[in-house]
Amino acid sequence: MEFVYEVEGGDFTKAGNASSAVKKTLKQLNVSPKIVKRIVVALYEAEVNIVAHAYKGTISVNINQDQIHIVLDDVGPGIPDIDLAMQEGYSTASSKVREMGFGAGMGLPNIKKNVDDLKVSSEVDKGTKVEMKTYL
Amino acid sequence: MKVCDLVEKLNLTVFCGEQGINNEVEGAYTSDLLSDVMGNVDEGQVWITLQTHRNIMAIASLKEVAAIILVKGYKPEQAAIDQSNEEGIPILGTDMETFEASGVLFTLLNEEKGKYGAF
Ligand SMILES: Nc1ncnc2c1ncn2[C@@H]1O[C@H](COP(=O)(O)OP(=O)(O)OP(=O)(O)O)[C@@H](O)[C@H]1O
Ligand SMILES: [Mg+2]
Repeated sequence: MEFVYEVEGGDFTKAGNASSAVKKTLKQLNVSPKIVKRIVVALYEAEVNIVAHAYKGTISVNINQDQIHIVLDDVGPGIPDIDLAMQEGYSTASSKVREMGFGAGMGLPNIKKNVDDLKVSSEVDKGTKVEMKTYL
Repeated sequence: MKVCDLVEKLNLTVFCGEQGINNEVEGAYTSDLLSDVMGNVDEGQVWITLQTHRNIMAIASLKEVAAIILVKGYKPEQAAIDQSNEEGIPILGTDMETFEASGVLFTLLNEEKGKYGAF
């Protein structure tokens, strides 16, 4: 089963909508609540990163018997140093975004903690791809 | 302890989300950093913050918190109010500062735990 969602960069009013839709679907499919909770944290962070740092993106969610595979693919500035970006506390968020309480530099570490497999790849000035896998 | 008990004991304002007033309260988490809350708040906890925009409701809903308490007299923005009413997750308010609100709530929840021997 595959579901695809579009995410607009810069539009904080809709941030979390895709995560919320995926959460509903996973619950309907009777995925265990513990797994749903972890995926929700990881997916929300990755979705908000597109909103906060990129121009637009897509989220595709693939569910089969033994895993949930989510890919977030965005068009945006990319991440020049992924190891640095993965460090807790590192953030390039604007002061406007920080005032809202985003920009703690905890999003990527949160993702890492809540999925079984994480792969971040990026090309500067093109975009970023975040792939996460959770085994059922 | 239920959200309505907190409202009564701490004399909180109920801005919206009244349908959730009987939500059971399992604990609380205090933070204004959204990723910190996302990563650490648990289902059924009350979230104490000074953030008032609609994204607090997105997080509250995804994490299934019992209620949000806004400190220092802050009021929720309209979009947050709308979502709170849709989801039945109350947004409450107090004039207390974060430290005080957290302390009072901590004491209250611990007393309750003691009473039922949950330690
Ligand atoms: N999709 C993306 N496109 C471009 N840069 C990104 C993207 N995702 C993350 N980054 C970069 O990595 C940094 C760290 O990301 P992370 O999610 O950990 O923190 P944050 O988004 O800045 O703050 P928080 O997630 O705590 O609100 C960001 O500040 C940004 O520089
Ligand atoms: Mg982030």
